[in-house]
Amino acid sequence: MKTRTLYRGLSSALLGLSLSCSAISQAEEPIKVGIMLPFSGVYAALGDAGRNGLKMALAEHASDLHGREIEYIEVDTEARPERAPEIATSLMSQQQADFIVGPVHSGVAMGMLKVLRNKKPIVIIPNAGANAATGPWCAGNVFRTSFSAWQPSYPMGQVALDRGYKRVVTMSWNYGFGKESLEAFEESFTAGGGEVVKQIMVPFPKTEFQSYITDIASMKPDAVFVFFAGGGAVKFVKDYDALGLRGKIPLLGSGFLTEGTLAAQGEAAEGILTGLHYADEISNDANRNFRTAYETRFGKPADLYAVQGYDTGLLIAQAVQQLKGDISDRDALIKVMEQSTIKSPRGDFHFSKAHNPVQNIYLREVQDGENRVIDIAAAGLEDPARGCKL
Amino acid sequence: MDFAIFLVQLLNGLQYGLLLFLIASGLTLVFGVMGILNLAHGSMYMIGAYLMWYFVQLTDSFVLAALLSAVIALLLGVVIEKTLINRLYRRNHLDQVLLTIGMIFVFNAMQSLLWGDDPLGVAVPGWLSGSISLTELVEYPVYRIFVALLCLLLAAGLYLVINRTRLGMLVRAGESNREMVECLGIDINRLYTIVFGAGVMLAALAGVVSAPMASIVPGMGEHVLISCFVVVVIGGMGSIKGAFVAALMVGIVDTFAAVLLPQLSSMIVYILMAVILIIKPQGLFSS
Repeated sequence: MKTRTLYRGLSSALLGLSLSCSAISQAEEPIKVGIMLPFSGVYAALGDAGRNGLKMALAEHASDLHGREIEYIEVDTEARPERAPEIATSLMSQQQADFIVGPVHSGVAMGMLKVLRNKKPIVIIPNAGANAATGPWCAGNVFRTSFSAWQPSYPMGQVALDRGYKRVVTMSWNYGFGKESLEAFEESFTAGGGEVVKQIMVPFPKTEFQSYITDIASMKPDAVFVFFAGGGAVKFVKDYDALGLRGKIPLLGSGFLTEGTLAAQGEAAEGILTGLHYADEISNDANRNFRTAYETRFGKPADLYAVQGYDTGLLIAQAVQQLKGDISDRDALIKVMEQSTIKSPRGDFHFSKAHNPVQNIYLREVQDGENRVIDIAAAGLEDPARGCKL
Repeated sequence: MDFAIFLVQLLNGLQYGLLLFLIASGLTLVFGVMGILNLAHGSMYMIGAYLMWYFVQLTDSFVLAALLSAVIALLLGVVIEKTLINRLYRRNHLDQVLLTIGMIFVFNAMQSLLWGDDPLGVAVPGWLSGSISLTELVEYPVYRIFVALLCLLLAAGLYLVINRTRLGMLVRAGESNREMVECLGIDINRLYTIVFGAGVMLAALAGVVSAPMASIVPGMGEHVLISCFVVVVIGGMGSIKGAFVAALMVGIVDTFAAVLLPQLSSMIVYILMAVILIIKPQGLFSS
């Protein structure tokens, strides 16, 4: 807070000066990074991890920023979509943020983009996976360092076919991200000759899954593909096991089914196959160094959301470095960002035309309470960006 | 749906309904006897589940953890009644709603500070971990049958206490005419403390037995609160018998609707509630 007041004082003192020689004051002023993440509510842990990762990357690369300081303006979205446009407007107009990083929740992302598409600040989405953000709603100033809903699920259709599964039941909560995940799975699965026997959409946020699982048992499919996350993922996996289906009907899912939930799921999660763009145990130097540094700094192990925040920080740092600290030319900044390759803990990735990561999707199996990478389900997978005009 | 699957679904519905009853019984008891609308009732369910997780980590014993959680919940109920709720008896429902909504926020914040926001889970204790084969594919876990039986036992216990004991007589008397009870020289404040503590403990107990089946997550209390109110309203505010019948109805209707009428499944219990309220505006067993 103190430093922020200092910056304010400095910038107003320099105001007169900056009018006459903007190039100099440009180097003096901090780069403003607005953070729109949930710090309370259901997604608080995700928001916190993302913020930690972001700050860690920018702190590690502080010396590459050509003397530019970073000023953070943090706002709690509470994962409430209806608040998003107002917060985004304030960060853009009152705070004059150069970058706006956020959010976690796809609904909030839509609210943000409504206001920020094709405006001055550069938006970097460190989690929210709604296909639309890099699809019909894509924009020059909008980047995403996480994934599209399509990406982790699409390769799983082929995985199911490769294992000889022909008849599959799909299931998810009845909301955007869930539907997009099931559609992506179905797209590759039916193209390869598989049949989706039934698609079950559970009203959100209902977690009484027993009747649905009994229904699945009565259909006797070859396998089940689901999207659930967080508390719902824990409950579903436990119910699936409790009703005796584990080990009899293989369970596949989008990676969120077993991400950050394994401790709570325990034995019930063993053998589940999921696709995701990250796994804790990926063996490359970037991941090992990142995980050690993160744990030392924050006293807890890094997770997917920390990685995505970290990569957002890397993207900003790289762009500022290449432009020698001068980010005033917006077109040049976007161009540099488009061309960057991020040395991410998940493995290197670059951006598609729609500004979504082109990245590996790993096939993971839960073994002894860990997501073990058993294969690469799809290498360098690019989201089709349907409806994007970029 | 063949007959075996039908039976399994019926079992699912009964089990869900019995658990709902356990949560709702405390809510309806407190409302019936004290006239207090406790919106923080769901938070007590959440606290039960979190306490259970915490004590299982600490003691490694399911029974010990359950007992500790129940006792702490009872004490918490007593403290809340003595310090907060007892200021509200002469006030209207709106003030009660304001206070108890405030309590939801406080408990959620405490949960976040004490236990974090990651989903947690409790393992089913070894001696209850088996399962019974029902069809070729479906098994039914012993633990869930145990929980259903425990809920039945508690329902019977509640019925006996209220209808056959002196305490129960006072509770019933307090329900129908609290001034008269006071005039007869009964310390109504003590009765209220006991009833509120018991109500909190019932909700927490539901959280305790749910812990191995559910996911222990922030916000789990609010979600359950809505179903709980549906049960209490259908059964008639304040009626334990009503809550029992209504909970089983809601459990069974919800379970079968999920499979047979998936398009309607998110609203079917509310439709049920609306229909019942049209026929019996005070609920099924309102006094």
